[in-house]
Amino acid sequence: MALPVSNAVPPDPALVALNRFGLGARPDDDLGKIAADARGFLKAELKQQDIALVSIEDPANAGLLDSTAAIQASMAANAERKAERDRMAQPTAEPTAMAAVSPDAKAKSTVPKVEADICRDEAQARFDKALNAGPGFVERLVGFWSNHFCVSVAKGQIVRACAGAFEREAIRPFVLGRFADMLLAVEHHPAMLFYLDNQQSIGPDSRAGKRRGRGLNENLAREILELHTLGVDGGYSQADVTSFAGVLTGWTMAGREGRLGEPGSFVFNTNAHQPGEAVLLGKTYPAGGMGQGEAALNDIARHPATARHIAGKLARHFIADDPPPQSVAHLAAVFTKTDGDLRALALALVDMPEAWSMPLAKLRAPFDYVMALRRAVGPSAGKEPQRTLGWLRALGEPLWQPPGPNGFPDHSDAWASAEGLKTRLDIAWQTAQQADDIGNPGDMLSTLIGASASAETREAIARAESRRQGLALLLMAPEFQRR
Amino acid sequence: MSLLCETPNPSRRAVLMTGGALFAWAHLPRFARAADRRDPRLIVIVLRGALDGLSTVGPVGDPDYAGLHGDIALSLSGPNPALPLDGFFALNPAMPTFARLFKAGQATVVHAAATGYRDRSHFDGQDVLESGLPGPGNATTGWLNRALANLPAGERVAKAGGLAVGPSTPLVIRGAAPVLGWAPQALPAPGDALAARVLDLYNHRDPLLAAALQKGLDADRMAMSDEFDGKTMKPKGGLDNAAGMRQSAQGAAKLMASDDGPRIAALAFDGWDTHVNEGGATGRLANLLGGLDGAFEEFETGLGQRWQDTAIVAITEFGRTARINGTVGTDHGTGTVVLLAGGAVKGGRVVADWPGLKPAQLYEARDLAPTSDVRAVLKGLLADQFGLSAALLGDKVFPDSAAVKPMRDLTT
Repeated sequence: MALPVSNAVPPDPALVALNRFGLGARPDDDLGKIAADARGFLKAELKQQDIALVSIEDPANAGLLDSTAAIQASMAANAERKAERDRMAQPTAEPTAMAAVSPDAKAKSTVPKVEADICRDEAQARFDKALNAGPGFVERLVGFWSNHFCVSVAKGQIVRACAGAFEREAIRPFVLGRFADMLLAVEHHPAMLFYLDNQQSIGPDSRAGKRRGRGLNENLAREILELHTLGVDGGYSQADVTSFAGVLTGWTMAGREGRLGEPGSFVFNTNAHQPGEAVLLGKTYPAGGMGQGEAALNDIARHPATARHIAGKLARHFIADDPPPQSVAHLAAVFTKTDGDLRALALALVDMPEAWSMPLAKLRAPFDYVMALRRAVGPSAGKEPQRTLGWLRALGEPLWQPPGPNGFPDHSDAWASAEGLKTRLDIAWQTAQQADDIGNPGDMLSTLIGASASAETREAIARAESRRQGLALLLMAPEFQRR
Repeated sequence: MSLLCETPNPSRRAVLMTGGALFAWAHLPRFARAADRRDPRLIVIVLRGALDGLSTVGPVGDPDYAGLHGDIALSLSGPNPALPLDGFFALNPAMPTFARLFKAGQATVVHAAATGYRDRSHFDGQDVLESGLPGPGNATTGWLNRALANLPAGERVAKAGGLAVGPSTPLVIRGAAPVLGWAPQALPAPGDALAARVLDLYNHRDPLLAAALQKGLDADRMAMSDEFDGKTMKPKGGLDNAAGMRQSAQGAAKLMASDDGPRIAALAFDGWDTHVNEGGATGRLANLLGGLDGAFEEFETGLGQRWQDTAIVAITEFGRTARINGTVGTDHGTGTVVLLAGGAVKGGRVVADWPGLKPAQLYEARDLAPTSDVRAVLKGLLADQFGLSAALLGDKVFPDSAAVKPMRDLTT
């Protein structure tokens, strides 16, 4: 998106740190102090031990389940729902009792919606983490990688139950670790295997394939190559996809009966695995069960096309909708040189001169906008996390529910829509109405945006006819929308 | 409709706008109607944005009025004549209910009134108006709540607590005394005023966002005017439009009419900051005044028998310039009107020590000069309705205001 206003002076470093890289200022932030060492402010967050983790060992997260337990809960609920449906379908011996059940009552399940409850608790934990983060750069990285390796709760109840656990188990531990490790954790995770249908993929020459006459499902293999690693122009062929799909057969989740292992956990099912060696991207991988797929993933994680693909996406996310080619090239070089060290990449982003000189032109993505707004306003009425989940849905980006495996778009054009802006106006207004206590919105502008706020914004807020209108104007100001 | 108990405790406050749950009065001890016949009620309507008193109650008998207020001045002649109140003042024709009440002796105007605040910032002005403090500052409690808190604990007014109408609690009724929150709907859509301001800002700073937002608003408007599918119309509930004002008054009246309901309520209506195309007998301000008039009517109807013990007072942070500006509106000023209505009001009078509108008579050569203190009116109402002493009013309710004497005899 073109710049709204040409701006020759570099942006306020505090805003670069808090808005371009982070989740927005909070009332206690001192923009002047941050600006004095903005790079240091961001790097300090990257240095904190385990900063990205949301651990279920932590009492603050009591009640969150690991993915195996979450999936088991969903499996149990699903079995109950099925039993209930079967009961309803049974012709009853007592027609009078049947007649007493209204059609509405029949349609409504009495089984508790455990998946929705689990998902809501996970959402609350995600929001709390974002609201309490320092600059929020690490949480932005979590959001970036979670969207890169997205799953969707719309796929089914299993994913709804474990989407949050997936992020905590496969994304968060690695956002400042190694890309290959994240890739392996993701592709082993039941959420991803279920989301991209790999539990249905069976090697045609495997024992199960021969017996049941079923075969490959290429979905996961294709998306790993196209979306997770090499990129659509990464130089792979249909033959590579088919071959890779064979390599990945047998990667699945143990079912409710537990024949293959702990129900809901990852298992390698030898019976479904395509036997023999496989050729992928010109390299031959000898037969080796699960190790064959791990070896292939480890290689493509380090492929030059993967480095370029990841570098391009990171630059688009943190620098600009259309990032300068030299930024992408630099990040790709860092990726390759450090063997995909994501902390090194985060530091490289912070050290990039472009990050501090490009105008703050990109729109905040829905999640980032909503978090920035809640961080700015502080305590508020309104039932959480439902209120925030509703906002994200209204903005077209419901949490953990992207339209496809390519995730939510990462370009301002996607958000600067008529409905999008109108919805932001509604949310800003609602936020202003529900904020617990608001001070002078002009002072808030100074605290949150600082000296670089435009004269027009300053004036619009000063002229507002009430504090709440002034706050809503602040939350709608270009300086608050763009980062 | 949700009705939830609100106290200053933030966690309780957080419950306020969650919607759904219904808080009944059940936990409050029911108390019988007082032995004495009177069961007074006081309703405060805060008009945020600074009401143009000269376009609400026009001094049509002042020879300088028409010249200053130009095209938007009220007039007794023409297609939309103002409603005469006495030989000198006439009411905006958008307010037929108030005119009827005035004739019936149930409505009063105090003109050329202002708080002690003499600058022209909305935020600070509203702070002073609602906090009751002598100047702006970090106010956290309002004068109406402090009045409530200073009533004897056994008093039925204190027992029932206050009522805050709208999605957020107006400062005027915030404080230690218990306050119930009620809003016509959980989430009012932002009014046109905010949308227009954001668009204006975008037009100056961010044309791309301006274009997108404009389209979004247009689509919204089309949806709302779709007469074939009335049910899909978006609710228009922000309290800066006539329908929202009426609706909130209707709900508040229902709650206050109950024997064990609150006796004291605060509402806040927005949108009075009429810098551009203010309009006179018709137009933007007239539409808002119509909403306020509708609120008076809803209270009169909804309170039923309790109307006779009720006083409603509408106040604003300051007035607007006597002379219209270059965009057929008015800028921030000083003196304005206080409107009183209700069965308990000793009505049919415009109370004014009229300062005149000659250049030398205007405050800082631009505003209607204030000759009455809004606090005097409010103190008088609190003294008349609830028997609060002048000493208490001058110390606890309106701190450091002993010099401002309560204006008595505002009620019957």
